[in-house]
Amino acid sequence: MSNGQSERREMTGAEMVVQALKDNGVKHVFGYPGGAVLPIYDEIFQQDDVEHILVRHEQGAGHAAEGYARSTGKAGVMLVTSGPGATNAVTPLQDALMDSIPLVCLTGQVPTSLIGSDAFQECDTVGITRPCTKHNWLVKDVNELAATIHEAFHVATTGRPGPVVVDIPKDVQFAKGFYVPPQIAPRTSYQPKVQGDLEKIKAAVDLMATAKKPIIYSGGGVINSGPEASHLLRELVDLTGFPITSTLMGLGAYPASGKNWVGMLGMHGTYEANMAMHDCDVMICIGARFDDRITGRLNAFSPNSKKIHIDIDPSSINKNVHTEVPIIGDVGRVLEDMVRLWRATAKADKKALYPWWEQIAKWRGRDSLAYKMNHEVIMPQYAIQRLYELTKDKDTYITTEVGQHQMWAAQHYHFEKPNRWMTSGGLGTMGYGLPAALGVQIAHPDALVIDIAGDASVQMTMQEMSAAVQYKAPIKIFILNNQYMGMVRQWQQLLHGNRLSHSYTEAMPDFVKLAEAYGGHGIRCEKPDELDDAIKEMISVRKPVLFDCRVANLANCFPMIPSGKAHNEMLLPDEATDEAVANAIDAKGRELV
Amino acid sequence: MNAQHLQPTGSAYFIAKETERPENHTLSVLVDNEPGVLARVIGLFSGRGYNIESLTVSETEHEKHLSRITIVTRGTPHVLEQIKHQLERIVPVHRVVDLTVRSHEFGQERPLERELALVKVAGTGEARVEALRLADAFRASVIDANTEHFIFEITGKGSKLDQFIAIMKPLGLVEICRTGVAAMNRGPQGM
Repeated sequence: MSNGQSERREMTGAEMVVQALKDNGVKHVFGYPGGAVLPIYDEIFQQDDVEHILVRHEQGAGHAAEGYARSTGKAGVMLVTSGPGATNAVTPLQDALMDSIPLVCLTGQVPTSLIGSDAFQECDTVGITRPCTKHNWLVKDVNELAATIHEAFHVATTGRPGPVVVDIPKDVQFAKGFYVPPQIAPRTSYQPKVQGDLEKIKAAVDLMATAKKPIIYSGGGVINSGPEASHLLRELVDLTGFPITSTLMGLGAYPASGKNWVGMLGMHGTYEANMAMHDCDVMICIGARFDDRITGRLNAFSPNSKKIHIDIDPSSINKNVHTEVPIIGDVGRVLEDMVRLWRATAKADKKALYPWWEQIAKWRGRDSLAYKMNHEVIMPQYAIQRLYELTKDKDTYITTEVGQHQMWAAQHYHFEKPNRWMTSGGLGTMGYGLPAALGVQIAHPDALVIDIAGDASVQMTMQEMSAAVQYKAPIKIFILNNQYMGMVRQWQQLLHGNRLSHSYTEAMPDFVKLAEAYGGHGIRCEKPDELDDAIKEMISVRKPVLFDCRVANLANCFPMIPSGKAHNEMLLPDEATDEAVANAIDAKGRELV
Repeated sequence: MNAQHLQPTGSAYFIAKETERPENHTLSVLVDNEPGVLARVIGLFSGRGYNIESLTVSETEHEKHLSRITIVTRGTPHVLEQIKHQLERIVPVHRVVDLTVRSHEFGQERPLERELALVKVAGTGEARVEALRLADAFRASVIDANTEHFIFEITGKGSKLDQFIAIMKPLGLVEICRTGVAAMNRGPQGM
């Protein structure tokens, strides 16, 4: 692992950590100090290249680093202490694992001499984080520290990206050893395949050329692959004239204003997207993983289609859905070949797709995202629509928490570019959005960063308002406040006879006063006709803002594929009577999540 | 060992019954011999609800720090394919070979599989003589004995060991230790 004597410099482990961060291009670290990382914090104190952002809870550090990573395409970095610092990092680690976010987590550990002795603030960090990381390391020898951190960055950012943990005992931070700079010498056992098999890509293009009812279903993998992949995706859609839908994680890869866009698919996707998935003859899945939110009931999932699946992770292929043409590789590289082969061989007979587009237009005519406008109370969908209209021409980034507001944001906020939409898709982590917005704002100081939040979720990581104020990060927390855990309440209505067990928050804080208490700015809005002015005020304030948007309390999120149902068994808003809602899910579907 | 009898599904949305039949397969996994690598493999099996019928591990190439893990698992062909790919995702895993599939490709029924057991039998008189006679028939060797006991060492397929142990039961079987299955494919090629 040595790289010539001249580059080997002697330094302490703590110095190595900071040097390794610099050498891996890190500008910001989100963290929280504690006993077992004090030597590293002392090094951070004595330099200016790496800026440390002090959060108020380690979970906040993780989500902030995730937001930072998702909006920049670079690795997010968090630094926490041993024991509770590490266990508090578990939620963002699992979140990053499920959404394939490159996250490097450095944890302090008790000195090697105390490991295993139940020392103060000791926990088995590598044991606890083993199933929620792509890989992790406990570094017991200072001479292996630099190479390990470099390898951690390499593993986190290549292949299918993911979280990694490097656990560093305190004595290793003090010990002196030799630093080695990053070098491209990846371990032989880790060689992600990025170039797709050309024969398979050719087979895919041939299949696509014969399609009468095709659909492209793209996902977060396109965003992870980088801006070039989004560009190629757009080119492929233009060339083929195929309709395109996307998962929650993939929004923005293809612009929502694009003429082939049929909206998001899945449990709360549009009717036209889900019906097109169900009835298509050729499905091209690009960087998505046939998650249960997407497929609905598997044995009724797109029964008559041949499926092409592009994914960098071989274990995603045939995991849930059988694929006729699997292509293992990086989405960007594969799309490059696919676009080239399509240009060279396939004759785009867009006329042959007319009947299919006519059918899609009919489905679109059902207007599945419709809701009843109300002039007395703000409908949550209306709030998102107004937020979109008033922010779409700005340099805007959107994060969300998890629940109804998240789905309404996905349905009614329209994304034109990749890396603009940060949400917890796989793990569904309430409390993700506020710290993620902080991370995005640190990466893009002049951008308009908005967390579309729910009143319940936002209280899980509310303390990061304090961090936002400290770093003058003017994040906007746009709370759709309906006093309920809205999605929980909706499911109780669907599944449990509308018995609203503990889904109502009886003691809600005054969000305006709370904002002011943190040193931010508070806004409350209760009437639809006051909403635009209030949103404009929110945009103009150069401070963190808590926007308490009081919305209709009992609105449900539709359309919806009820648990255990198929794409063509959606519950549409105009059919969702109380009785239809109460009977939407049968006994078998009840067990599902 | 550690066998779980969960539905081999992978998703709550597999409402439809699996129509494929579960099979026993033997996997060979070549890994970097580093701390925690076995925990990663075992954690994968327990975390995703896969079965482990047998597991053996030992360093096989000391200079390269490589260990070879042999796992006997049970699942439908679809699940077995998933297990292989999930194992390949683990960073220190170099190669995963489904020896059972490989042996089928070679036109063989199954790979070579051997297991070693130490079997302690205590007794006197006719039972003792019978135990020794049967051990001889099974080509088990005596590696420790006094006037009241034998410890037999026996090597063979799992079924042979099962049979030997069953026979020893009425003859004063005290305790058994089995290594789990070691396996490789026939023929000149490596894994």
